[in-house]
Amino acid sequence: MSAIQPPAETVWWKQPLDKVEGTWIAIALVWSLFMFFMMPFWHVYGKQNLSSEAYKTTPQAYMAKTQAMVDQYTIRTETDAKLPVVRPPPGSDVYLLGRLWQWWPLLELEKGQTYRLHISSMDWQHGFSLQPVNINTQILPGYEMVLTITPDTDGEQTIICNEFCGIGHHNMVGKIYVTEGET
Amino acid sequence: MSNELFRTCPESGLQFHRPAERLMKAHAVVAVVILLLGGIAALLVTLTRWPAVHLLPADRFYQLLTSHGVNMLIFWIISFEIAILYFCSSTLLKCRLATPKLAWVGFGLMLLGIIVNNLAVANGDASVMMTSYVPMPANPNFYLGLILFAVGALIGCFIFLATLVVAKDEKTYEGSIPLVTFGALTACIIAVFTIASGAIVLVPTWLWSLGYINNIDAAMYRIVWWALGHSSQQINVAAHVSVWYAIAAIVFGARPLSEKVSRTAFFLYIAFLQLASAHHLLVDPGLSAEWKIFNTSYAMYLAVLASMVHGLTVPGSIEVAQRAKGYTKGLFQWLQKAPWSNPIFSGMFISLVGFGFLGGISGVVMGTEQINIIIHNTIYVPGHFHATVVIGTTLAFMSLTYFLIPTLFRKQVAFPGIAKLQPYFFGIGMSVFALAMMGAGTLGVERRHWDMAFTNSTLAFEYPASAYTLMGIMGVAGVVAILGGAMYILVTVTSVFFGKPVGSESSYGFTTARVSRADPLIVPEGGHAAAGKWGFAAPGTFLLAIFFLVTFILYYAVNWKYLASVWPLS
Repeated sequence: MSAIQPPAETVWWKQPLDKVEGTWIAIALVWSLFMFFMMPFWHVYGKQNLSSEAYKTTPQAYMAKTQAMVDQYTIRTETDAKLPVVRPPPGSDVYLLGRLWQWWPLLELEKGQTYRLHISSMDWQHGFSLQPVNINTQILPGYEMVLTITPDTDGEQTIICNEFCGIGHHNMVGKIYVTEGET
Repeated sequence: MSNELFRTCPESGLQFHRPAERLMKAHAVVAVVILLLGGIAALLVTLTRWPAVHLLPADRFYQLLTSHGVNMLIFWIISFEIAILYFCSSTLLKCRLATPKLAWVGFGLMLLGIIVNNLAVANGDASVMMTSYVPMPANPNFYLGLILFAVGALIGCFIFLATLVVAKDEKTYEGSIPLVTFGALTACIIAVFTIASGAIVLVPTWLWSLGYINNIDAAMYRIVWWALGHSSQQINVAAHVSVWYAIAAIVFGARPLSEKVSRTAFFLYIAFLQLASAHHLLVDPGLSAEWKIFNTSYAMYLAVLASMVHGLTVPGSIEVAQRAKGYTKGLFQWLQKAPWSNPIFSGMFISLVGFGFLGGISGVVMGTEQINIIIHNTIYVPGHFHATVVIGTTLAFMSLTYFLIPTLFRKQVAFPGIAKLQPYFFGIGMSVFALAMMGAGTLGVERRHWDMAFTNSTLAFEYPASAYTLMGIMGVAGVVAILGGAMYILVTVTSVFFGKPVGSESSYGFTTARVSRADPLIVPEGGHAAAGKWGFAAPGTFLLAIFFLVTFILYYAVNWKYLASVWPLS
């Protein structure tokens, strides 16, 4: 009886397994369990784990915190739009916001130092995608996500948006500059 | 129960309940029309993301990408699946379909939903992608269309379940339901869960778009929406695995290696597959690591295990059937002597291999909690799901169509020469397309993005040249795959609407294919294992499975290594 007909044996569940099935199931199960334990293992021994630290917030409250940081630590502006470049002290709380259609402000961080990077959206959902290092997270309005990051490569990193956010989505670009030590 | 209500297909011996038959035809025809619409959008979207062509303006691109996503992932597949549910209940159980009139109401609602949603997208104010993430607003009819469609599909699910009850009650079969029907039941149960989640998220969103609700929380929306969005793809997995088993039975007369293993694997889908919805939320704010690990692993990868089991037992059952016919030389004579010019088989086999190697491995890798950081929302993601949903599901459904044209529609398959080549164009084109996308995604290229060159942006960014090369390969391969899709539409539409009626099996359209009446399986002396090697009934399949596992392990390891090179995060 084929698979499109009722099983020939009414008591099909007593039919013994073929060796090929039993062997494969055992191998596949071991692999499945290995993959499962790999994730907690990486939490203990790996260095790339997202924290689950996040807070409920509002666009107004988050904007105020970001503005305060920009007022205090702006070191220069870029482009005709006078985008502030902010250089917060190592170890501090850094605020980045996504809005239609920009990442604001631009950041300058020191290589090898650790920062608490807060990210939230002022309007719709955005995708924080740091290139070319390739770190991607989802940014939601009303939620403030905190990533503890340690830039370990210097140079220019670009933040692009990889969650569709309307007609200007493909122009939404920001920057994180990573510098060597004191400048 | 009048006998005139039933028709027996003289070649295949399948028994069709006429009212059910009409419904299957209606659903299948609507599905193919939607596939055509989605295919046209696919061509335009591909030609826009191919950097050297960059065809459409941004607004049209986002509009057509929305249309492509909704039409393909929801309307085409679920419409076809309702036809499959009716086939697996009414036809395979030789039973009347429960309440055909109500089934027509379901059909009407689905069709209405498709029209309402498509008009909203065509109107230009619903270019929000299939996911329609709040608070980005869409024309209310976008959500309404989806809700109407879902209600119609839910009616179809309950009619399937009711038909199982009728068949049991009227004793149209003995013992247990066939394995393929069991798989369809799995798909149906997952569908009910999916549609319920869809209602929970889309009804309030619709009311929000009309102004009756103030605010929908973005995080909550994503959690519930993905219980719709990902689970709907799990309906597909259960459905196309059932189709694989069905085709193995139809073409080879293959019987499951063991009912127990295959059914348990389907049961694991019911119990664990939906947890995969968490894959989409691995880099969302605020979800705990424990929640992510438990869910993204489908509770310890038990649903992945199920797919790995099906991946062995489907070709394994074919191998056993072929060996019983005397193709016992070496490890792979059974595969070599398979009917490669019969699109029912070739499509199914490419579907199986592509789903496992490309879709399965990439899905598990990017669904690993930490690895998701380097993949989330890159074009790797559509690369993955084109391998699962297009190579896996769509190609499996296409293969089944070549069986349904003569048996259900009673028409000869037109242009058999084209039909023979179709699975190769579609399957291989789509495989290269998906691989190129995964490659580009690994380089960080974003999905759902009109301009990877950032031409109009205040700040510049340039991807490496290799990313452009990969996107170019994606474009070329995409066009080949779409050509394969066009071949399918050409063959199907011509056969169904203008085809010659079927006279006998020889007029099915294929010269080499024994389409429906499989030879009876003769058990060789000493049992199946004796026809195999190493005491295995299917040694060739086992070797292929080991090859799959090695590929899986290597690719998994490479991605951890890549992740380890990323900035430390905690």
